[in-house]
Amino acid sequence: MKQKLISALLPVTALVLAGCTASPSATDYDKATADILKNSFQDRGIAKVDRLVQDEANRECAAADVAGKPIDEKVAKAIEAANMKTVKWPSDGKFLGDWKEGEKIAQSGRGLTWRDKADDANGGNCYNCHQISKEEISFGTLGPSLYNYGKLRGVTDPNAAASKAIVEYTWGKMYNARAYNACSQMPRAGHKGILNEKQMQHVMALLLDPASPVNK
Amino acid sequence: MKRHLLALTAVGAVLAQGQAWAQDATAEGIAKYREMLEDGNPAELFEMKGEELWAQKRGPKNATLEQCDLGLGPGVLKGAFVQMPRYFKDTGRVQDLESRLLTCMETLQGFNAEEIRKTPFRRGEMANLTALATYVAAQSKGMRFNLPQAHPQEKLMYEAGKRIFFTRGGTHDFSCASCHGADDKRIRLQDLPNLTKNPGDGIGFAAWPAYRVSNSQMWGMQLRLNDCFRQQRFPEPKFGSDATIALGVYMGVNAKTAESIVPAIKR
Amino acid sequence: MADPMRIRAAAAGDEVTVRVLMSHPMEPGTRKDASGATIPAHFIQDVEATHNGKTVLTALFSGAVSQNPFLSFKFKGGAKGDKVVVKWVDNKGDTRTDEATVA
Repeated sequence: MKQKLISALLPVTALVLAGCTASPSATDYDKATADILKNSFQDRGIAKVDRLVQDEANRECAAADVAGKPIDEKVAKAIEAANMKTVKWPSDGKFLGDWKEGEKIAQSGRGLTWRDKADDANGGNCYNCHQISKEEISFGTLGPSLYNYGKLRGVTDPNAAASKAIVEYTWGKMYNARAYNACSQMPRAGHKGILNEKQMQHVMALLLDPASPVNK
Repeated sequence: MKRHLLALTAVGAVLAQGQAWAQDATAEGIAKYREMLEDGNPAELFEMKGEELWAQKRGPKNATLEQCDLGLGPGVLKGAFVQMPRYFKDTGRVQDLESRLLTCMETLQGFNAEEIRKTPFRRGEMANLTALATYVAAQSKGMRFNLPQAHPQEKLMYEAGKRIFFTRGGTHDFSCASCHGADDKRIRLQDLPNLTKNPGDGIGFAAWPAYRVSNSQMWGMQLRLNDCFRQQRFPEPKFGSDATIALGVYMGVNAKTAESIVPAIKR
Repeated sequence: MADPMRIRAAAAGDEVTVRVLMSHPMEPGTRKDASGATIPAHFIQDVEATHNGKTVLTALFSGAVSQNPFLSFKFKGGAKGDKVVVKWVDNKGDTRTDEATVA
């Protein structure tokens, strides 16, 4: 009975400690954690276990958090450079779409969970973390306020040469936030396929179009 | 001209204040609503159901759960919840409340644990398991968390839990810490406890199992974690898996001395 | 039979406060499930509370009352040790009666 029980459960920890006589090191704990992660999750719907495969950025940032120390400067720069390379500029050269659609995308938190379907339109999740328009009081504080985003940066005409730097930064940040901040908590909307090009253009308009309520 | 400017500034200030008032009024309204809900917590219905199930002869072995050992000896319920997860010699594992109850349902009553593990939440024996967890946890209401960390496996699970807490993954690169790693943050209007430390009495680990009014459901910690991972766009954690238990150890040890208000009530 | 109610009754002078938690899905009959089919109505319709055999409250619930209803009310003329009985009947004819002693 006991045999059956143990095999039915996940005796990862027992295996790891079997060979240890001295107290475990940080590396031992890291290995045990990796094994636990591997054994604890299963595919469900569109959410597959390969989502746990970490890229360089996630691995380094998590390690820094566990150590309680900020990430090494050189490593941070390398992560930012690597992520910058992933940024794809709009294929039609247009940075801004329709701010009304942008507001809908910012409000929506749908998509990519195991309850969603592969062809569902994903939302941007933006209001979960950010204040954006003045009217919407249900906003989170995990990210900085984006109210008056374009106005505060002096963008009166998004197509003018003077606005180019801000427009490109905003697109890049949305496409892959880690290109500017190695361990940013902001999801990489473009790079990870959360939002498509058209959706990103709409959110850009929400932030930068002088006609958008965000800049009123 | 100067007077106009002053007037405009004053109006601007009032408008800005107006939005702050709107938010304060909302927060106050939510607090009042929560107070009203506390008086009649439907979690008590699940507690009653669990109490019934505990003493009922069930399963292929036609036995009760009264000999179940939750860490303080067979049948000892008071104080057990606030010392879990902990190491159990008979299974050679660190277990949380729900996985330990499942062990007892298997060994004492002869239920098929694998089948129950695969049963969706709120259905069949999984629903009974939640009611049992609510009942057992309620026996420690008002007591303070004090998880044991003497056994090497308990220490290992704390360290693993900490690492998992900060592990970033899924399509959105979220970790538990993305939401629960700092003070005074909220997602939309929902306050987020900082789970890297003791978030206070009746908060975080000290507030589950809880009844969620918005969907009329009783949620144990396993379901709470399951839904966290869903929203993090992770794959699904298996029920009672080491990852979920390790996170329980991390949060529970961090919450040492926090008072349990379980069974709680949530929006 | 349906799951039991949780009833608590406490006396302050000769005024008794009764708090009842009822276990019931309270389906209004207007909700639709994932496939689009209407979930049939299933809700408590009549509630009656008696004290020492005398009716102290009757209520008509509708589908607008939420799942697992909580009811709180006061009545005069009760004392510690008295019996309070609460009974509900739903639209399917199901019924549940539980009692409590005034504390």
